[in-house]
Amino acid sequence: MTIAFFLWYALYVLLSAYARGFMSIKLVGNINVALLFGLLQFVSTFLIAWYYSRFAARKVDPLADRIAAELANRGAEK
Amino acid sequence: MSAILAAEASSATSRTLTITLFLVFVAITLAITIWASRQTKTATDFYAGGRSFSGFQNGMAIGGDYMSAASFLGIAGLIALFGYDGFLYSIGFLVAWLVALLLVAEFLRNSGRYTMADVLAFRMRQRPVRTAASVSTIVVSIFYLIAQMVGAGALVSLLLGIAPGTTFLGMDADTAKIATIIMVGALMIIYVTVGGMKGTTYVQIVKAFMLMGGALIMTLLVLAHYKFNLSTLLGEAAEQSGKGAAFLEPGLRYGVETEGDALKTFYSKMDLLSLGIALVLGTAGLPHILIRFYTVPTARSARKSVLWAIGIIGTFYLFTLALGFGAAALVGSAEITAQDRAGNTAAPQLAQALGIDYLGGETGGAIMLAVIAAVAFATILAVVAGLTLASSSSLAHDFYASVIRRGQASERDEVRVARIAALVIGAISIALSIFAQNLNVAFLVALAFAVAASGNLPAILYSLFWKRFNTSGAIWAIYGGLISAVVLVFFSPVVSGSATAMFPDSDWQWFPLSNPGILSIPIGFLCGWLGTVISKEHNEDKYAELEVRSLTGYGAH
Repeated sequence: MTIAFFLWYALYVLLSAYARGFMSIKLVGNINVALLFGLLQFVSTFLIAWYYSRFAARKVDPLADRIAAELANRGAEK
Repeated sequence: MSAILAAEASSATSRTLTITLFLVFVAITLAITIWASRQTKTATDFYAGGRSFSGFQNGMAIGGDYMSAASFLGIAGLIALFGYDGFLYSIGFLVAWLVALLLVAEFLRNSGRYTMADVLAFRMRQRPVRTAASVSTIVVSIFYLIAQMVGAGALVSLLLGIAPGTTFLGMDADTAKIATIIMVGALMIIYVTVGGMKGTTYVQIVKAFMLMGGALIMTLLVLAHYKFNLSTLLGEAAEQSGKGAAFLEPGLRYGVETEGDALKTFYSKMDLLSLGIALVLGTAGLPHILIRFYTVPTARSARKSVLWAIGIIGTFYLFTLALGFGAAALVGSAEITAQDRAGNTAAPQLAQALGIDYLGGETGGAIMLAVIAAVAFATILAVVAGLTLASSSSLAHDFYASVIRRGQASERDEVRVARIAALVIGAISIALSIFAQNLNVAFLVALAFAVAASGNLPAILYSLFWKRFNTSGAIWAIYGGLISAVVLVFFSPVVSGSATAMFPDSDWQWFPLSNPGILSIPIGFLCGWLGTVISKEHNEDKYAELEVRSLTGYGAH
C-alpha cells in the first residue's frame, strides 16, 4: 500500500512537470485535469487512511494483543 | 482627503482590535500554561504531557503543530501569486501523512519514550547516535523556526500599516518587525519552559480550532462571493492574475519551460520533483511532529491521532484553494506583492477585502483583518512553541542526560536543562530570522522538510525495518543526509546569487536547485547503507526485541 500511494503521488508530480498539455485540458468550465488530479490526491489520502485503520484494527491489534499476552505470561512464570 | 482619513482611522481600529484579540489569546494560553505547569512534576509530564492525551486531542494538537504559518500564510500567498503551483504544496504536505501513518507513528510510540533518538539509539551505542540525532533535531527545528518568525515579521508590517518613513510607537517598519520577532520568541520560551508538553499541547489545540474557524469563515465568504461556483472563482482568479489559463496549470513557479534553454528547463523541472519528494518524505522526519506520538498512552491512540490529524489537515488544505485563488481574484497580485514580495500577506489581505465587501465597509475590513491576523499570530506562536520543545527535549534528554552525564542525570536535572535549552534555542532562532525576511514562508518550510527527510527519515526507517542496521550506519545516515542538505542549500540560489536570495548582493551559488531533496535524500539513504556495511557491528537480539516492542509496546514506558 505504501508503494502504491507513493507511485500514485509520483505520477502526479511527474505529470505536473512533464505533461503540461494533458494537465491543462479543461473538463468543466475552468476546472482542468491538473486540479482534478490534485483533488483526487486528497480523496486517495483519506481513503487509504480509512482503509489502513480498518486493516490495523482487524489484523494488527489482535496479533499485538496476543503477543503481548504471551510475553506477560512468560514474565509471570519467571 | 476624507477617504485617506477614513483609511487611517480604520487602520487604527484594526491595530487596536488585533492587539486586543492577540492579547486575549496570549492571556488565555498563558493561563493554560500556568495551570499545566502545576500538573507538570515528572520528566514524562514535561516531555510527553504525562501521556494523558486522547487520540482526538492529540490529533488536533498535531494539526496545530503542523498547520504553521507556512500553510496559512505561505501557501495562500503562493497560490495567489503563482496559481496552481502553490497547490502542489498543499498536496505534498497532506500526502506526507500517509508515510507517518503507515510507517512511523505506531512503531515510534511503542519503541520510544521522549525523543526521536530513543528509537534510533535503541539497539545502537547510545552516545554517538544520540549526539547525531540531537544535532539534526536542532538543525531541522531552527530551519522551521526561522520560517515561522519570518511570517510573524511580514504580518506585523501589514497589520500596523507602517509605510516607509512613518513610525508606530516610535518604531519604523524594520524595527517593528524585529520587535515582533523578539516578542514572539519570548512568548514561545515562556510557553515551553513553564508549561512543558502539557501546556504546549493545549495551546496547539486552542490554536487548531481558531485556525480552522478563521479559514472556514474566509472560505465560505469567498465561495459565497462566487455563488459557490468553483469554476467562476478560478476564472476570475486567472483573469485578475493577468496570466490567463496558465495560472490554473502547473508551471508558473516550478518546472518553468524556458524556450531555447534546455538546461534551465531541466533544472526547473528537477526543482519541482525535488520539492515533491521533500514534501512527502519530510513530515515523518520532523522532530516536533514525532514527539507528539509520545503524548498518547498507546499505539492505537497514536494511530487515531494521525487519522484525526489527516482529517483536519486535509480539510484545511482544501480551504487553501479558496484562500489562495480568492486572494488572486479579490486582492490581485500587484497589491499583494506591494505589501510583501513573497506573498506572505495574501491571506490577511483577502480577509480585509472580504470584510470590506461583507461586513460594512472599512470598519468591517479592519475587523476581519484583525481577527485573521490574530489567528495567524496564534498559529505562529503555537508552532514555534512546539519546535522549541522538540529541540530542547532532544538537547536535554539525548545530549545532556545520555552523552554528557552518561545516563546519570536525575529527572529534575534533565528538565532543568531542557528549560535552559529552550531559552538558548529560542534566542538563536530569533537572531537568524532577522536575515530571512525576503523569503516565502512555505518555501522556507519546504527546506526544513528537505533537511528532515534527508537527515532523519533514512535513519528512522532503517532502524525500524532493517535488521543489519547499526551504530555506524545511523551516524552516517544522519550526518550524511543532514550535511548534504544543508551544504546544498547554502550553495543554492536561495542563499546567494539571485535577486530574491537571503544575501542578494553576494554570489557563491553553484547548486542550481532551490530545494536539495532530490539529491540529499538519496544521499542520506545511501550513507546509511554504506555506513552499515563497512561496520561489523551486528545486534540481532536487540533487533528482535525492537521488533516485538514496536508491534506491542511491550517494555516501553
